[in-house]
Amino acid sequence: MSAMDAYITGIGQSEVGMRLQRSPLLLTLDAIREALTEAGLGIAQIDGVSTYPGRSAAYLGFSPIGADELIDALGIRARWHLGSLEISSQLGAVAAAAMAVRTGQARHVICYRTVYEAAAMSRPEEYPPLRRDRVDGYSQWFTPFNAFSAANWTAQYAMRHVKRFGLTREQLAQIALNDRANALKNPRALVREPLTMEQYLSARMISTPLCLYDCDRYTDASTVLIVSAGAVIDEVKCTPIRIAAMAGTVERHSWDQAEWMACYPTGADLWKNTDYKPSDVDTVQLYDGFSFQAIAWLEALGFCAVGEGGRYVEGGKRIALDGELPLNTFGGQLGAGRLHGFGFAHEAVVQLRGLGGKRQIAHDPKIAIAASGGGPLATALLLARD
Amino acid sequence: MSAPRILPRLDSDNRFFWTSGADGQLRFLRCLECATFIHPPRPVCRGCLSEKVAPQVVAGTGTIDTYTVNYQQWQPGLEVPYVIARVAIDGAPGVFLTTNIVGCAVEAVEIGDRVRVTFEQQGDVYLPLFEKIA
Repeated sequence: MSAMDAYITGIGQSEVGMRLQRSPLLLTLDAIREALTEAGLGIAQIDGVSTYPGRSAAYLGFSPIGADELIDALGIRARWHLGSLEISSQLGAVAAAAMAVRTGQARHVICYRTVYEAAAMSRPEEYPPLRRDRVDGYSQWFTPFNAFSAANWTAQYAMRHVKRFGLTREQLAQIALNDRANALKNPRALVREPLTMEQYLSARMISTPLCLYDCDRYTDASTVLIVSAGAVIDEVKCTPIRIAAMAGTVERHSWDQAEWMACYPTGADLWKNTDYKPSDVDTVQLYDGFSFQAIAWLEALGFCAVGEGGRYVEGGKRIALDGELPLNTFGGQLGAGRLHGFGFAHEAVVQLRGLGGKRQIAHDPKIAIAASGGGPLATALLLARD
Repeated sequence: MSAPRILPRLDSDNRFFWTSGADGQLRFLRCLECATFIHPPRPVCRGCLSEKVAPQVVAGTGTIDTYTVNYQQWQPGLEVPYVIARVAIDGAPGVFLTTNIVGCAVEAVEIGDRVRVTFEQQGDVYLPLFEKIA
């Protein structure tokens, strides 16, 4: 243990479902309680709060609980906090907390992501849908052309791989099939039904080459990670997981002016910030709100060459629980639910602690990567059990 | 696509772009100092930080860099399928437009296809859509 390092200590997760009745604040509290219990910490020891994207007033289901509200509601005496959309994606909130504890701004920071989109859609009086007469900011470059969804924007990057590198639907399917197979072994997964290649190939298209099973679905859940300072790590009773390196590089903050999604420079930068190498990594938990993003991350992180991601996952054996590089062992967002980035770091910690139960990978894993984001956003965390 | 499109809100930075089609010409902002094209439009050059920037007419042709055929009905009344494409703009290196390819079957669109702008007017906005060059 090093006093200069930042560690993920307690982790927690609420019930995961669709159209939950329990309030998003109480779901967040459920996840916090689980994390505090695991770490052996009390709420009075928490002195920081970090979240992405903060309270989203215009689209409340996307992020109903801001850091300000959580601090006040739970009586947290915060010395440092952050709730922002303008960071390097969801896990950027964890990276920021790591910087805060490393610079002495806080000792134990609750990092959380609470999503409530399925419940919000089912209760429009309480959670009014987004209404727009006109659009501005970056939406003006997409919405007027009926390119409404990140599915459309991601699909265009995927199509380039199809045409330029020969990515096939059968290769893309491996992300969804692997997710659904792993989700069967995760008691908290949202989708607990197997998916076959035949079902995948006959599914309706959303935005070519992405079909229904390439896209995650609205989920209600809260996921919590406590980031603790090395200097106070002896206050924690669970196995600390060191944040060994992190990166979150943006070359152009745009879904269409950038030639490559931000995961590519971020993946390269992660390895500049550490002596570890891709061959040291035991498991990867890579953002897959759309299946193609996980393939892009595999390339970006150097597990294969750019353009080779489809062939890397071909047949699915390599990325399976017993494969050479187990991917999204909890079911990813296509199986475990749209936990929106935080699920990947949560699962990396579960695996490094050997607490995965039926989905636990073998060979005593010590190094994992958790990554979030797509398009202009990307964060990669290299996590180590020392 | 019969449902009305959701239009951009015009402001001092983007008005020239969204009304450019009134005379049938496509324009992008360009730096008068270093010649870099600036898109999205902002009153400063991202290449050299000069504030001497002005709209410049381009040929209105381009090449499909990538595309997707959208099948999901995101809004009531939205007619599907339709093509969303990212077009590399001739004469404006590094500038891309996300747009629709119209006037052909969705199956007829391919990466590398040459396209030309065609404006669709809705209210005060001229949307730069593209069609294949025969």
